[in-house]
Amino acid sequence: MSKLLTVSPSPHIYGKDTTPNLMYGVIIALIPAILASIFYFGWGAVIVISVAVISSVLFEFLIQRFLLQKKTTIQDGSAVITGLLLALCLPSNFPVLLIISGSLFAIGVGKLSFGGLGNNPFNPALVGRVFLFISFPAKMTSWPQAQGFQTQYVDASTGATPLSIIKEGLDKGDSISQLMDKIPTYPQLFIGDTGGSIGEIAAVALILGLVYLLLRKIITWHIPVSIILTVVIFTGILWLVDPSQNADPLFHILSGGILLGAIFMATDYVTSPMTTKGMIAYGISIGILTVVIRRFGSFPEGVQFAILIMNGFVPLINYYIKPKRFGEEVKNG
Amino acid sequence: MSSVLITILSLSSMGIVAAIILYLVAQKFKVLENPKIDDVEDALPATNCGGCGYPGCRNFAEVCVNSDTLDDLYCPVGGQETMDIVANLLGKVALQTDPRVAVIRCSGSFENRPRTNHYDGASSCAVASALYVGDTDCPVGCLGMADCVVVCDFEAIYMDDKTDLPVVIDDKCTACGACVKACPRDIIELRKRNKKDRQIFVSCINEEKGGIAKKYCSVACTGCTKCFKVCEFDAITMGNNLAFIDSDKCVLCRKCVPECPTDAILEINFLPRKTKPDKEKIIPLNKIPEKVKTDIKE
Amino acid sequence: MLRTFRKGGIHPADNKLTEKNPVQILPLPEKVTIPLSQHVGTPAIPVVNRGDKVKVGQLVAKSKGFVSANIHSSVSGKVVKIDSLPDLTGYKKPAVVIEVEGDEWEDSIIQSTDLQKDITLSKDEILEKIRESGIVGLGGAAFPTHVKLILPHGKKADVLIINGVECEPYLTSDHRLMIEYGREMLVGTHILMKVLNVRKAMIGIENNKADAINYLKGISSYLPGIKVYPLEVKYPQGSEKQLIKALTGREVPSRKLPVDVGVIVHNVSTAYAVYEAVQKNKPLINRIVTVSGKSLKNPSNFVVRFGTSVQFLIEAAGGLPENTGKVISGGLMMGKALNSLDVPVIKGMTGILIVPGNETKRKAIEPCIRCSKCVTVCPMGLEPYLLMPLAQNENFYRLENEMVLDCIECGSCSYICPANRPLLDYIKLGKVEVNKIIRERK
Repeated sequence: MSKLLTVSPSPHIYGKDTTPNLMYGVIIALIPAILASIFYFGWGAVIVISVAVISSVLFEFLIQRFLLQKKTTIQDGSAVITGLLLALCLPSNFPVLLIISGSLFAIGVGKLSFGGLGNNPFNPALVGRVFLFISFPAKMTSWPQAQGFQTQYVDASTGATPLSIIKEGLDKGDSISQLMDKIPTYPQLFIGDTGGSIGEIAAVALILGLVYLLLRKIITWHIPVSIILTVVIFTGILWLVDPSQNADPLFHILSGGILLGAIFMATDYVTSPMTTKGMIAYGISIGILTVVIRRFGSFPEGVQFAILIMNGFVPLINYYIKPKRFGEEVKNG
Repeated sequence: MSSVLITILSLSSMGIVAAIILYLVAQKFKVLENPKIDDVEDALPATNCGGCGYPGCRNFAEVCVNSDTLDDLYCPVGGQETMDIVANLLGKVALQTDPRVAVIRCSGSFENRPRTNHYDGASSCAVASALYVGDTDCPVGCLGMADCVVVCDFEAIYMDDKTDLPVVIDDKCTACGACVKACPRDIIELRKRNKKDRQIFVSCINEEKGGIAKKYCSVACTGCTKCFKVCEFDAITMGNNLAFIDSDKCVLCRKCVPECPTDAILEINFLPRKTKPDKEKIIPLNKIPEKVKTDIKE
Repeated sequence: MLRTFRKGGIHPADNKLTEKNPVQILPLPEKVTIPLSQHVGTPAIPVVNRGDKVKVGQLVAKSKGFVSANIHSSVSGKVVKIDSLPDLTGYKKPAVVIEVEGDEWEDSIIQSTDLQKDITLSKDEILEKIRESGIVGLGGAAFPTHVKLILPHGKKADVLIINGVECEPYLTSDHRLMIEYGREMLVGTHILMKVLNVRKAMIGIENNKADAINYLKGISSYLPGIKVYPLEVKYPQGSEKQLIKALTGREVPSRKLPVDVGVIVHNVSTAYAVYEAVQKNKPLINRIVTVSGKSLKNPSNFVVRFGTSVQFLIEAAGGLPENTGKVISGGLMMGKALNSLDVPVIKGMTGILIVPGNETKRKAIEPCIRCSKCVTVCPMGLEPYLLMPLAQNENFYRLENEMVLDCIECGSCSYICPANRPLLDYIKLGKVEVNKIIRERK
């Protein structure tokens, strides 16, 4: 026998999933949201997305190559996702330099300072987004209205998101029914015809992405469904108690970043729990925190903060919530 | 102005209250410890390598202070010097122990021991050894996946790319024994450290019959007893087709080395023999440490 | 809805290339090497000497202790060597080498193939026969069968499960056995039921073996107590605990035996071997081995005498292809890669699989992205992503608390891992070490 046999421990075959495959799957799932953002915001969206993605990948490459001097991992697609998610929760007229600084913070501080892919405790895109939100609140909350390619980038008129209309209105003492007239109708919210971050507005595009992710088995239903259900139940209770001061559940789901957060950000592999029980606990906590921040906090939107806070609890969840072991409960019959 | 004052006052009063609470708690939960433990710990090398058999240096210090004698206690990293200091501190007597050094007892390089299969599993000697005989036919030889290098806290072992065998850097080795424990095949032995780190040892632990062992590996000890017969100091013992040189008895006379028909006995850190130039090959070239190589050039 | 176990599991490609190939009888080799430790437990003690003439079925090594098994000569001829020879792992273990001369069987063995339906022996006599015949679990684990049939004191079984799942890709030896020796296998099942004193036997077969299910359903319909259950195709359903869960809904508690929930599981091949031993007086000297692989010229199912070298077996199936990377004894998921072809076929060998080099090469290890796929597929509800670093860092105390000993080594975690991490490699190592610690504690 001329060639040597190969020996290794079992198993001897492997599944088809690889890290880049899964990452590119998430990118594919984001395509509807990207298309919707370009449809509504035209060149603004194109610029925000391309700057965020290119700068994220570039920073990952530069830092790994020259600062850390180890193998670069840009080809696995995780930096692309970070850039995409960061872009999707920015307004379309966001200054390019600030986007670049956001990417730098997301990749440099949020991801690589912890040891790169797999070791970051917080979702890098959210770290970048919150960094921008706290550093440049004015720029982060001037939302151009969705107007597609027709309008020139510089002249885009700005306005408030449905969530901030409600929040500010309630603070002024208006009732929900008065405020509801000022915001777009639910079908408009569903297809994304409203103001807001470029990727958050079109619920239909995000739900398409969710369907793809579930069909490809990239994520399980536990996190998105538990977040959305919790928000529905919690806001539903508030709404039933006092409909004049609380918007109804459907409004809460369709407006703001809940869908983007629940489908793409909370489900980030690295920063979400490992067990299904843990995922549900994590989802419910995010849901409750989101509603608490939206209703009782000073910000109109809370899903990003809620996810980041729960990211911090993930190690604890993993430590205490174990999967049900086989043979744990003895059932005979 | 008043608001600034209030801020300063309230913060500093909070600080004082916290300090008082901390002080009281510290008093309440104070653990009385023999202050000698600290002294002994300061004398120890603080490597926390576990070579002494205790989890860390502080633990070892506690045991030193609390036990009646220092007979069973030895810090291999600090060596005799450290033990003498510890003994002085405690008014006890330290046993005289020779410093030791780790020695790799396998010469199964690519040339000497042909590979018979290709290993493709997790890169760990322990995993491979539990799975099968290894990528050569020798059931006790080095697997070359550097478990010993990984556990070494002192960077005293590295893998030689050409031979696929580990090499001990004598100057750095502290004889903590971590590699001895890590090696699933018990190839590494702690031997007495000699002058100029000279060492003569049988670089093989294969206990199979000579002919069989020789089939796997051209430098295997065949148990021919030639070295045993030539040794005048009873340093060599034979057992299970294998010669063993006791480092405590060996006087480094080098007589056994040329006797070995398979070159299984290695002499390291010796100057090359002048009288018999043809026997230089006794040390495989790649086994010569850098230091000696430069000596030869000079 | 077909029955299956709920937690975890994967679906590797079936590749049952040889499911339609009838079993062929492999010609006798020139010599056989019969290892004395082909089973779980103490190795047997040789009772023949060098130079002795032996017949087919003659005892060559006697079991030592309770958990051990007799070993019989699979050929007739002369004992030429009793020595330590490499086993499947390459480590040397005692073995008897016999040079084949003719094919002379022990007189007590009934060689006719007529179906012997009537069970005339008593329970104790059957048990003694099974022990004498050196029967071990033929599904791969090779645990001595008589040990499993003697229930621990105070325990009672009410169900016998016959395992015809064969969930590993490529393997078809059990499948062919059920089709070609189905009637004999059912008699064997009856014998096992009699020994265990149970009234109910469930035969679990995965749904990708429709012909075997239909055939067995047909011939067992009039038999009292025996019922055939088709199962959803899912790996690792052939594992004892998963099969019990799938068929009866009972969960064997952690570190307990199936008998603790009143179930005994035996493989279909074992049931057939029991039939041969009890009704035909034939000790365990051969078995059906699948030789398969996409690159192989003639993938086949062979009846092979134990001790035949794997090399000989592969030659009979068309020779080793050029591009071979691995030769695996057993299944692709749990089998052992061989380091040499000069090893004998043993009792626990269900198949020999040839895998081309490019299909089996492991990819570079990447960092864990915590995708939780390993947790999802683990049929035992463990967390492989956590167990691997714990084993690497030798944190054996925590490893034990994370129930590493429950691991059935099915390999689903390593199979699914997108980062190509060698999860099972280290978990197995951790199990060995934890077992060592537990033994020391006693």
